Order: sequence, then structure tokens, then C-alpha cells
Amino acid sequence: MTTPAIPATPAINRVFRLQWEPVQDSHVLLYPEGMVKLNASAGEILACCDGVRSIDDIVQSLQAKFQNDGLRGDIEDFLAYASAQRWIV
Amino acid sequence: MPPPPPYWLLAELTYRCPLHCAFCYNPLQYDAVRQELTTAEWIDVLRQARALGAVQLGFSGGEPLMRDDLEDLVAEARRLGFYSNLITSGVGLTETRIAALKQAGLDHIQLSFQDSTRELNDFLSSTKTFDLKLKVARLIKQYDYPMVMNCVLHRYNLPHVGKIIEMALELGAEYLELANTQYYGWAMKNRDQLMPTLAQVREAERVVAHWRERIGERCKLLFVVPDYFEDRPKACMNGWGQVFLGVAPDGLALPCHNARDLPGLDLPNVREQPLSVIWRDSRAFNAYRGDDWMQEPCRSCPEKARDLGGCRCQAFMLAGDAAATDPVCAKSPRRQEVDRVIAFAGSAGRSEQPILFRTAANSRSLIPKTVD
Repeated sequence: MTTPAIPATPAINRVFRLQWEPVQDSHVLLYPEGMVKLNASAGEILACCDGVRSIDDIVQSLQAKFQNDGLRGDIEDFLAYASAQRWIV
Repeated sequence: MPPPPPYWLLAELTYRCPLHCAFCYNPLQYDAVRQELTTAEWIDVLRQARALGAVQLGFSGGEPLMRDDLEDLVAEARRLGFYSNLITSGVGLTETRIAALKQAGLDHIQLSFQDSTRELNDFLSSTKTFDLKLKVARLIKQYDYPMVMNCVLHRYNLPHVGKIIEMALELGAEYLELANTQYYGWAMKNRDQLMPTLAQVREAERVVAHWRERIGERCKLLFVVPDYFEDRPKACMNGWGQVFLGVAPDGLALPCHNARDLPGLDLPNVREQPLSVIWRDSRAFNAYRGDDWMQEPCRSCPEKARDLGGCRCQAFMLAGDAAATDPVCAKSPRRQEVDRVIAFAGSAGRSEQPILFRTAANSRSLIPKTVD
């Protein structure tokens, strides 16, 4: 299977719901009868996927938030993974 | 160590159901369960469960649409942050209700079919519901819900598994649960009639694998080989008192769907105790937590952490002791009982006993009258 391209303005696939779970102390993706528990960076990135912001916007905003200029590679890798999992469309 | 938070709350709103499926896992004595929790009591259960950390919420039964307060419960569930799943036969899911449930924040609908053909669907559920289910499936898509199609499998419809997959694709289901019958409740009563042959199971496995290759991620096919045909048991509830918290229509708190039928659990009721006490401290939820309760051959088995000794209900039904090794396991001294049932399913002279449908009249006739 080929890796799907990252959507230009990624949004959470409507089959999933992203939310913060205090008891899990993490973001989770909820879907029919299931849940993916996200690590901190995955949660931060997916929380930016609002269907409006471009990849550049997301990189910029997270780099500013975490005051780190070297995040682009990690963010793009994760978005490609999230796209392959159909978490984002 | 305190137990982890419950992850999955199953709210069995009612045992009332317009269908009469022969493979229903509901208790045989369901008709005697009358005092359903009120709307306010259910809302209180939802709040307490969410505070404990429950995330996934299933509205089930019986047919949950028999309750006219379903929309109110869904709305509260959404406010609390649950992901709510409606597990339904589709009967009663009118366009008005499906729109109201969407408005209330329902996340997903699981729609059951009994087969890909009208004849078998209507025979097995003892109703004329096939065309209505097709209509409901289209409404679910029209209102943009993710749809899980569920079809319980057994000797009558296993040969149709390819057709059932085609139907799910045609209706646009995102997931298809090909749920091999689990032999509890009414299904156990009809086990000899429902049990497939080994050849049927293997052929269905092959067909599912073929379709998985063809359709990729378009529709996720869930198919688990029935445990009678495996040589290791399934991990009961992914750990007793670890993940699952069921609440029955009358408020009984259940560590597994069929805990009502296990002896000696002294099941707690949400009307009498806070859910946190029930989950953490009750005898029922602690009865098979961890592995201290295990007997041989489980106790010294290197695989015990993987399958947790199997299913407690199956141990009770087949070995007469809920703490025994699940007889499905090849290491169980009772495995011959399972092999005998499978062999019988493959033999020519099968049971002449007719199928017993899940009806109120049959429920009453099966249970000796008790005085409260």
C-alpha cells in the first residue's frame, strides 16, 4: 500500500473525535467502540488539524509554542502516519 | 493496587425488544426484569461512570429505542464527554428520532442484520424487519453517522458471509462486525441448532481474508474465529473488572454481560451503592480480578496473563465451576465436552429440537415462578 499524501489542510476524519481526557491525562481519539490514546506531541499536532490551517501554519504555530525551530520533520512524519491511519483527511 | 478506571460503560436500557433472535445473549429470565431504571437514575449512572473515567458508552438492551428518553440520555452523555454508541436492531429508528439523536450528540450507530437475505433475516429474528433495516441503514448514512453493521454468525448464515460483506459495502458501512455466536443466554439454549461445522468456519475465514485484501481500509471487517474452534480461550472481558462495566435495566452492575447467570457473585445494584464503591470494592467486581482465584492448569500456566483463564461464564456452563479453566482451552480436562459439541454439529443426525425464539412467553415458561 502506498503512503497517502498529507492533506493540504488536514482535518480530523469525521469517524473520529479528538478530545482531552483528564483521567488519562492525554488527548484521545474516539471512534466506534474504541479509543486511541495519544502521546503528548501527537495530541498537540492533531489538535491543530482543524481543516483550515495548512501544514506550514501548523508547523509555525507549534514551533512558536514550543520555541523550537526544528519540528517540521517530526510533524510531517506524524501527519503522514495519521493520514495512513485515516485519522486525518 | 486500585483497579484502573472502567473504560466502557454498557447501559442496557431495557430488555424489551421487538425482535426475537434465537442467538440473543440476554438472560433467559429477562421477562421477569421489570423495574427499569428511570431517566433520572440513568443520568446519575452516566455522571458517576464518567467521573470514574469511563469514555465509551454503549446504549443497548434489548432494543434501546424502546425507551422514549433515549434522546435525553444521549444529550447528557454528550455533555459529559462520552463517545456514545447506539446498538440497535433499527426497529423504531424513524427519521424524526435519528435527527433528534444527531442533535443530541449521538456519535455512532451499530445496526444489526441477521443475514443478507430477507428470508433468513426475518426467520432468525422471527419478525419481518429486513426491508426496514435497509431503510434505516440509508437513514444512518443520510444523517452522516459512522455506521457499524453487525451480523451474528452461525451455521445458517456462515455460508452467506461473502454476500453479507457485499451488503455492508453497498450500504456504506465503515465497519462490519461478523460476530460469531457466543453461546450464552438464548444462544446457549439453541446451541445445537446454531453451532457451525468446522468446514463452515474455515471457509468463512477464507472468504473474509479474500475480501480484506480486496477492499483495504474502505470497510473494516471484524471477524474472530469462534472460541469453540480454537485451542485457547479468549481473554474474558479483557480482564474482569478492568475495562467493562455493564448496568442492566434493573440497575444490577455487571462485570460481564452474562454475570447475572454466575453463582455467588451477589451482584450490586446502582440503586443501592455508589458506582465507585461497586467498581472498586464490591465482591462481584473483585471475584476474578487478577489471578489469585485461578485453579490448575491455569495457575501455573505460562499463558495465563494472555487469556486470563478464559471466560468465567463458559467455565461455569461447561465445567460447572466459574473458577475452572475455560473448557475451550486444550489444556482443560473438560475439553472433550467442547469437542463433543463440535462433532455433533458436523454429524448427520442433528438435534430435532426446534429453535427456541427469544419471546416473553418462552422466557416465562423457562423460569420457575419465584415469590419476591
